[in-house]
Amino acid sequence: MPLLSRHLLGLEGVPKDDIQLILDTATSFREVLERPIKKVPTLQGKTIVNLFFESSTRTRISFELAERRLSADVVNFSADMSSLKKGETLKDTARNIEAMKIDMVVMRHAASGAAVFLSKVINAIIINAGDGAHEHPTQALLDMYSIREKHGTIQGLKVCIVGDISHSRVALSNIYGLKTMGARIAVCGPKTLIPRFIEQIGIEIFNNIDDAIKWSDILNVLRIQLERQDRAFFPSLMEYRKYFAVTRERLDKADKVITIMHPGPINRDVELSADVADSAHSLILQQVLNGVAIRMAVLYLLGTRS
Amino acid sequence: MKLLLKNGRIIEPSQKKDFVSDILIVNGIIEKIGSNISEEKIDQTIELNGKIVAPGFIDMHVHLREPGFEYKETIESGCSAAATGGFTAVCCMPNTNPPIDEASVVNWIVERSKHVDGGIIDVYPIAAITKNREGKELSPMMELVDAGAVGFSDDGACVENAEVMRRAMEYSTMIKKPIIQHPEDISLSKGGVMNEGFVSTSLGMQPIPSIAESIIIARDVQLAEYTQAQYHAAHVSSGKSVEIIRTAKKKSKQVTCEVTPHHFTLTDEDVRSFDTNTKMNPPLRNQDDVEALKEGLKDGTIDVIATDHAPHSFDEKQVEFMVAPFGIVGLETAIGLAYTELVKTGYLDIYQLIEKYSVNPRRILHLLPISIIEGEKANLTILDPDFEWVVDIQKFKSKSKNSPFHGHKLFGKAFAIINNGRIHFVD
Ligand SMILES: [Zn+2]
Repeated sequence: MPLLSRHLLGLEGVPKDDIQLILDTATSFREVLERPIKKVPTLQGKTIVNLFFESSTRTRISFELAERRLSADVVNFSADMSSLKKGETLKDTARNIEAMKIDMVVMRHAASGAAVFLSKVINAIIINAGDGAHEHPTQALLDMYSIREKHGTIQGLKVCIVGDISHSRVALSNIYGLKTMGARIAVCGPKTLIPRFIEQIGIEIFNNIDDAIKWSDILNVLRIQLERQDRAFFPSLMEYRKYFAVTRERLDKADKVITIMHPGPINRDVELSADVADSAHSLILQQVLNGVAIRMAVLYLLGTRS
Repeated sequence: MKLLLKNGRIIEPSQKKDFVSDILIVNGIIEKIGSNISEEKIDQTIELNGKIVAPGFIDMHVHLREPGFEYKETIESGCSAAATGGFTAVCCMPNTNPPIDEASVVNWIVERSKHVDGGIIDVYPIAAITKNREGKELSPMMELVDAGAVGFSDDGACVENAEVMRRAMEYSTMIKKPIIQHPEDISLSKGGVMNEGFVSTSLGMQPIPSIAESIIIARDVQLAEYTQAQYHAAHVSSGKSVEIIRTAKKKSKQVTCEVTPHHFTLTDEDVRSFDTNTKMNPPLRNQDDVEALKEGLKDGTIDVIATDHAPHSFDEKQVEFMVAPFGIVGLETAIGLAYTELVKTGYLDIYQLIEKYSVNPRRILHLLPISIIEGEKANLTILDPDFEWVVDIQKFKSKSKNSPFHGHKLFGKAFAIINNGRIHFVD
C-alpha cells in the first residue's frame, strides 16, 4: 500500500493509515539497524540532496545516515557553501540542483511554507526537514514511534508539549500527528510563548508546569532559546527555569510515571534537569536511534512509490 | 470630434439623478443630454443599451512605481491598467525612488502622465509627509501642493512618531490637504507576514495582530481632533479600526478612510495555500473583519474603495512566503470585485458604489466635483454592471500580474472611459 502523497511536507491532513504505515515500516528498519551490516540496497541508484538552509547538524546527520543505509547516493548542500548569499533565490538554487537529475530533496529552511513552495517549483520528491515554525514531520513521526514503542499504543495517551510553542516546528507537527493517532494533547509554557488561538486545534493549554505534569502521561520538552529574551518573550532563563523547568522534584510530586522526551539539543538544567534527562523514563536516546529508522521508512516509502 | 452615446443610464448620486438618455460630447465637452439626439456629422455613435454612465472613477491609492521601479510598473502601464479598470484618475503614492518628497518629482510625474494615451488618465501625486518617508522631518508641503500634490502620505511606512504626526497635521491645516496615514505600529507588526489568528498559528507564520493597525488609528483620530486636521486612514482592514473611525466620525467630518477590494473579499484562510499573492500589508484578516468592513461601507463609515495597487514582478513573488514582498495589483479587478461582493450581495446599491469610487474620494482630495450636465467637461466611467467575466492575469495591462484573483468569476466591468477629450474602450 503506497502513501497517499508524493511528498512529506507536513503532518497536517496526513491520514492515519499513512502514519501507521510509516511507523510500521520503521519497525522493520529498526531491525536492520540492529544487524551487524546495517545496509540495504533499497534506494540504490537514487540520488538524494540534503538541502540545508539552516544549520541543524543532528537532523542532517540523521537523514544522511538513513539515506546511506538505504544505499542512496547522497549530496549535501548547506547554505554556507551556496550562492544564496549572492542573491540567488530558493527557486534558482533548487532548479539548478534538480538539473543534476536528483530524485529526492530533503530540505531545512527558515521560512514557514518553504517546503510547499519547493514542491510547486521543482519535480523531485520533497521531504520537509523543518520549515520555519511550521512543521518538522519526521521529528514528530519519530516521537510517535518512540511513544508507541514505549507504551504500545498512542491512542488515548496524554501528551504535553512544554516550552516555546510559538517558535517551534516540532510542536505543530506533533500536534497534527498525535491528534490523528488519537492522543490527547496539551501545551505548557509562558503565555508569551504559546501562539494565540492554538486551542482551536483542539488542545489544552497550561501555564503552570505542575498542572501540566499532573495531567500528562508524556512530556515532550522543547529547547528554550535564549535569544527569545530580545523581544520580551520571557524575563530570563533563571525565571524560566524556576517556573517552567521539568525537574525531578516536580515529577516526584506527580506520584506516577511520566515519560520524558526532548527533540534535542538539550539545555541541561534549563528546560530539563540533568537527572530527568538521563533517567530511566527518558526516551531521549531512543528518539535519536528511532530518528534514523523513521527517516529510512519515509525515504523508502516515498522513493519507491510509483 | 463629435461623440454620441445612445441610451446610457446616467447616474449622478450627488444630484440623485438616474435616467436613460443620449449624450452628445463635442471635443470633450458635454454638449447635449436628451432623448433621441440626432445630429449631423457624428464621428462616432455608441449604443449603450442602458449601460451606466457615471462620473469618472478615481483610485486614490495606487503605486505607479515610476520613478525607480520601472520593472514593476511605469506611469504608462499603470495608466493603461487604470483605463482598463474603468478609472479616469489615479493618485500615485510617494514610495518611489526618488520618493515624491520634492516639487520636481511631482512636476515630472504629472508632466509624464500627460503624454500617456493623450493624457486620458489624470494622475494626482500624493506627496510624502516626511523627507524620504523617514518619519522625521516634514517634507516641503506647501511647495509640493503648489506643484500639484493633492494629499500627503508616507505610505508603505507609518508616521510612527506622535510628535511628527501632530506637526504634520498642524501644518497641513494651512494648505487644506488630507494627511493619509498607513496605520501600522511597527513594534507590534515587526517580522510578521500575515494576520494573527488561528490560521497564522496553524501555519507557524509570524503574525501581524490587527491591533497594530487600530492602535495607530486610535491615536491619529485624537491628534486630528486636537489639531483640527483632515485625516484619512489608508487601507483599513480590521473591525476594530472601523469601530474607532465610526466613533471619530460622529465628532468630525474631517476623518475619513478607505478599504481595498481584497480586504472585503478574501480572508486569512486564503493564505493556507502559501500563495504569495495573498501576502499584503495590512494582511488579509478574518471573516468577522470582512463583515465589519462591509458594514462600515454600508453605513458610510468607510468613504472610499481604493485598490492599493501594488505591482511586483513575477520573480519577486516567486519566493518563499516569508521573503515575498507585500502587495497585489488591483486596478483591473476593482470594479468587478466591488460589484460582485458588495452590490450583488446587497451591501451597497449602485449609487453608493459610485460614491465610493468617484464622489467621496474627489471630495476628500478637494478635486472639482464631476457633473454630468450640458456644458461640463466629460469625465465619465461607463459600466456594464451585469457583464460576467473571468479574471485572466495574462490579459492585465499592468506590467505585473501579482493578483490572487486569477480565475475568479466576477460581475461588472468597465465598458469605456471618457476624459480629457479622449475615449478608451475596455476590451
Ligand atoms: Zn500602505
